[in-house]
Amino acid sequence: MSLHGKVHKYGADINTDVIIPARYLNTIDPDVLGKHCMEDLDAEFATRVRPGDIMVADTNFGCGSSREHAPISIRAAGISAVIAKTFARIFYRNAMNLGLPILECPEAVDGSEAGDEMEVELETGTIRNLTRGTTFQAKPYPEFMLELVRAGGLVEYTKRRLAPKRSR
Amino acid sequence: MGMTLAEKILAAHCDNNAVRAGDLINCRVDFVMANDVTAPLSIPQFHKLGVKTVFDPKRIAFIPSHFVPNKDILSAGNAKAMRDFARQHGLVYLEQGRAGIEHAILPERGWVLPGDVVVGADSHTCTYGALGNFATGMGSTDIACAMATGDIWMRVPPTMKFVYHGRLGRWVGAKDIILRTIGDIGTDGALYRAMEFTGEAISALDMEGRLTITNMTVEAGGKAGIIPPDETTVEYARSRPERSREWTVFAADPDAEYVEVREYDVSHMEPMVALPFSPDNVVPLSKAPRPEIDQVFIGSCTNARITDLRLAASIIKGRQVHSRVRCVVIPASNDIYMQALREGLIETFAEAGCAVSTSTCGPCLGGYMGVLAEGERCVSTSNRNFPGRMGHPKAESFLVNPAVAAASAIAGHLAGPEEVL
Repeated sequence: MSLHGKVHKYGADINTDVIIPARYLNTIDPDVLGKHCMEDLDAEFATRVRPGDIMVADTNFGCGSSREHAPISIRAAGISAVIAKTFARIFYRNAMNLGLPILECPEAVDGSEAGDEMEVELETGTIRNLTRGTTFQAKPYPEFMLELVRAGGLVEYTKRRLAPKRSR
Repeated sequence: MGMTLAEKILAAHCDNNAVRAGDLINCRVDFVMANDVTAPLSIPQFHKLGVKTVFDPKRIAFIPSHFVPNKDILSAGNAKAMRDFARQHGLVYLEQGRAGIEHAILPERGWVLPGDVVVGADSHTCTYGALGNFATGMGSTDIACAMATGDIWMRVPPTMKFVYHGRLGRWVGAKDIILRTIGDIGTDGALYRAMEFTGEAISALDMEGRLTITNMTVEAGGKAGIIPPDETTVEYARSRPERSREWTVFAADPDAEYVEVREYDVSHMEPMVALPFSPDNVVPLSKAPRPEIDQVFIGSCTNARITDLRLAASIIKGRQVHSRVRCVVIPASNDIYMQALREGLIETFAEAGCAVSTSTCGPCLGGYMGVLAEGERCVSTSNRNFPGRMGHPKAESFLVNPAVAAASAIAGHLAGPEEVL
């Protein structure tokens, strides 16, 4: 699967309070969450973002609370993938579980700026900055993660695990 | 090679005799938890699995804590969805007025015990590790699957060991130990790692203080924070009113392998302050700025247990909250509220001009009951001070221990207890 879009770039410790503030945690509606994604840090984000765009950030992306509203809001805003130097661990699980592609690649983060056009090949982890003509290689997913991704997220994966048990 | 405490507990919950950091395991869970923000997302995911029943209703708790008693129609709808599901499946559930913050309630009732593996749809699930168990926060989808299967995939984390020597001074507490540690290693200093807290300064802490330390493990990126169980732990577990299971005390092997060991002497440590806008922006109180403040919050899963309230009340008693300051006091659970009532602490707070509320997470996450306006400053006993955490993104929060929070409420600016006593 190839993802393609413009870069929206942020710094380190982009935490869940910034991604989707608690005042919107009274809803689980993805459309509402998407409209308010990042609004305390970047008020224009939700109107500027186009479907397929790619979020790029420094270290510890998604730190803070366990709210799945955060990856839901990013995906609902139109972002197709998040590339960061590192991810906070709960956010990493949540994104993988929900099928929001995330990649760790410090070089791609340092080598791209807001507005750059970027292409991501998920299977290989190849990241191309089309504006600058550079190519980067993300850390490959561990085998188990690939299995999760292939299954289409944790719910599908667990459904398959449960299926033989129930037919017994 | 021996195993760390985290590895010991995880090995006992999977089909391997031994596990090592980096191993991917499928781990049985002893207890599963979700709250009124996260359960509403777990429920549709659970239904998508196509299962009819949960793995064990007595090992799953739904606790309404964040926006209850409900602040608006949407959050009331979410609380209703969780209540209906809990009733339908016979889950462990507490209603408002008997409930409070899940991270106070689960240990207090004896629903989580030493040696357990606990997963919860809330980042502060790591709190329970104070009892010598492996407890970690996850998202709603993970929790939905754990509710169905009774197990969860996990990567065994490497363990960082922290050793605290010496004796804490007056007005210095568990909160200061963990703030200093986070200030030292940063918000990702323990990313993907377990943190094991040891040393005589930890052994000397009561269970309430230990829960404060493990509570903020996630603020350093940690997957779990664990305190080796000792007599204090066993005595606490034994005296839980609703304990229905036996527990296991695990200990790290002497030759366990730690990814890093850090040692601290806490003897001459001052109270610590996490300045805006990060829990790792930590300075000693004497080096902190002293601007005027608008609000003090004594509450949250970090610092609103009975010992915290006693400490705050001992400073506030017979004094008045500064006329410029709103001081919001919220006991972490209804049981704590009742205990504080019996001890006269609630009266002390109310007489001093504090707003005392029924138990809720409320202001800690900028939910309600004390949301900050643009430009306002708050001294808080809670755990996070990212931009927008407690309200407007340009409001500032200073994280401190309950003694400093109480003193600040009297002084009208960040202050140590000796400045107002």
